[in-house]
Amino acid sequence: MSSKSKGKPKIAVFKFASCDGCQLSLLDAEDELLAVADAIEIAYFPEATRAMGKGPYDIGLVEGSITTYQDAQRIQEVRRECKTLVTIGACATAGGIQALRNWRDVDEFVRLVYPTPQSISTLKLSTPIAEHVPVDFELRGCPINKSHLIELIAATLAGRKPGIPSYSVCVECKRRANVCIAVARGVACLGPATQAGCGALCPSYDRGCYGCYGPMETANTASLRNQLHVLGQTDDQIVRSLRGFNAWAWQFRKASEESEHP
Amino acid sequence: MNGRGGRTIRVDTLARVEGEGAIYIKMAGDRVADVKLKIFEPPRLFEAFLRGRHCTEAPDITARICGICPVAYQMSAAHAIERALGIHIDPAVRLLRRLLYCGEWIESHALHIYMLHAPDFLAYEDAIAMAREQRPIVEKALRLKKIGNRIVQLLGGREIHPLSAAVGGFYKTPTKQSLLELRTDLEWALEASLETVRWTAALQFPNFEQDYEFVALRHPDEYALNEGRLVSNRGLDIDVAEYEDHFLELQVKHSNALHSVVRGRSSYLVGPLARFNLNFERLPDVARKAALEAGLRPPVKNLFRSIVVRAVEMVFACNEALRVMREYEPPTAPRVAASNRTGVGQAITEAPRGILYHRYALDEKGLILAAKIVPPTSQNLKRIEDDLREYAAQVAAWPIEEATWKCEQAVRCYDPCISCATHFLKLVVQPDEASRG
Repeated sequence: MSSKSKGKPKIAVFKFASCDGCQLSLLDAEDELLAVADAIEIAYFPEATRAMGKGPYDIGLVEGSITTYQDAQRIQEVRRECKTLVTIGACATAGGIQALRNWRDVDEFVRLVYPTPQSISTLKLSTPIAEHVPVDFELRGCPINKSHLIELIAATLAGRKPGIPSYSVCVECKRRANVCIAVARGVACLGPATQAGCGALCPSYDRGCYGCYGPMETANTASLRNQLHVLGQTDDQIVRSLRGFNAWAWQFRKASEESEHP
Repeated sequence: MNGRGGRTIRVDTLARVEGEGAIYIKMAGDRVADVKLKIFEPPRLFEAFLRGRHCTEAPDITARICGICPVAYQMSAAHAIERALGIHIDPAVRLLRRLLYCGEWIESHALHIYMLHAPDFLAYEDAIAMAREQRPIVEKALRLKKIGNRIVQLLGGREIHPLSAAVGGFYKTPTKQSLLELRTDLEWALEASLETVRWTAALQFPNFEQDYEFVALRHPDEYALNEGRLVSNRGLDIDVAEYEDHFLELQVKHSNALHSVVRGRSSYLVGPLARFNLNFERLPDVARKAALEAGLRPPVKNLFRSIVVRAVEMVFACNEALRVMREYEPPTAPRVAASNRTGVGQAITEAPRGILYHRYALDEKGLILAAKIVPPTSQNLKRIEDDLREYAAQVAAWPIEEATWKCEQAVRCYDPCISCATHFLKLVVQPDEASRG
């Protein structure tokens, strides 16, 4: 934010189509915020400051997906201004919940919401940032885990790779010594195919994982679909489960389309 | 005002609000020619893609409309669907929902009072700059916010998009012991909130009183959060299911947003000021006393004093959280099981920024046929523009930078949540050559 901060690395936060939750995670890091602000210059972060520091920036945090022509142009400018560009959250990384339009006629969607649809300018698809510009690192989650964000900032400043897990939610359940709710109680759970990061919150709260962190790199979605069938889920239910906040991530997208046309 | 004809107050990116908006005020002399609160958030079309989803998914999906008040969306969605399905929740669940909401109010109000709004009164660009000179105050703010978040985390797993609230109750309810562990924090937070009332009351307020129609929920004996009748200071007194009969969303030529009005009247105000003025006598003694000592007596008509009212509401929320903590005994089942059936259900709950309306129509499989959501900020938009029109005239003679900052501050009094509003606003983008993507 505004500061006497000559020489400090500069960070900027940009918003596209999103709910603001991921950038709020920075303000929600109550124990670390003031220390972070001592170490770096928060140069551009409209949600928190009216100071609008000019680029270039050392780190750009990008929240939200691309849904309008104007935003498709703006992300190009943002990329040029940022030495390291990091997407934060499911919208920026996978297109977000608003990517549900991608399977439908967006004009019909707009007509459903707006009485004079001709005045609405929106693209047919909601797409992740990486479909538009090169991205240096993606932070998963709906929302992101604030400790990942602090780790990412610290690692980037130190010039090392952030230590962020890429295994599945199942590993987190094992670490928490959770009894497997899918096996023991027959609850439908996306955990086996979903990337870790939340700390296996849903199974710890007696519900199945609903995929906030998106598919892990090596997700075995065929096996997951099979298991969901065994637990009594219909194809319609499976399609809905896979089409959540990371619906457009390719592994979930492909699996949901296979369930839609079995 | 000689020599000031044709001035424009212009804020291209409105800061320290949730979401992306801009202010344009065109002056002709000292007369305000035009006011626009522009919204350039892209639409996300929630009401459209909710169609065909199962009703039990609505609390999780609609939470994603807003990262600052996800609990509000979960509460309105759950209550509306419970009404459609004819479910009656356990009294212990009702208590827990009040506690969850108190957590969100504390977190959201602490964020707004100290991090987003107070810097305006003290001429800082932001809370970090404020922390350089007044670190203990910002540290107190962060601790208050953290305690609000801790409540949401305990009940919901995480502070942003918590995951335990469900149609019929919760996926998992906490033990009595885990609630009791909040006691020390909450007792500290209650004291800190009382200090916040005194601290905000000592700020300098412009003399700006307007004749508002205040709209809020009213419960027979509680400061309303999740249920009650919808009332106003101009005689409105309706069941929440009648909301759409009494409120209209209009397209106004000078504006690019859809404006909510009370049928037959005009703009209205929702949020802390409305709740305080309509439900003052339902506040607990500790909050009422703090308000009176701070010079707040309903009706408070000065928008800028809403920062003090938010602090009073934090006192209420901490006190109420302590009450729930003492009275809570776990329910026999975390949630009431529901059978799918056709139906329509509406609900209004009090988000930190004001009333949030949801309506769902369901088919026999429990799938959503239609959804309507009216967030608080879109209801306040017309009122914000009305206020700006009055206020800009008051500050017209000031140097442009100062007048601009003052107008920004006036908008921030509403704690606007533009991401929320946009999914339902009419977003008129000038159709230029480039935008036919």
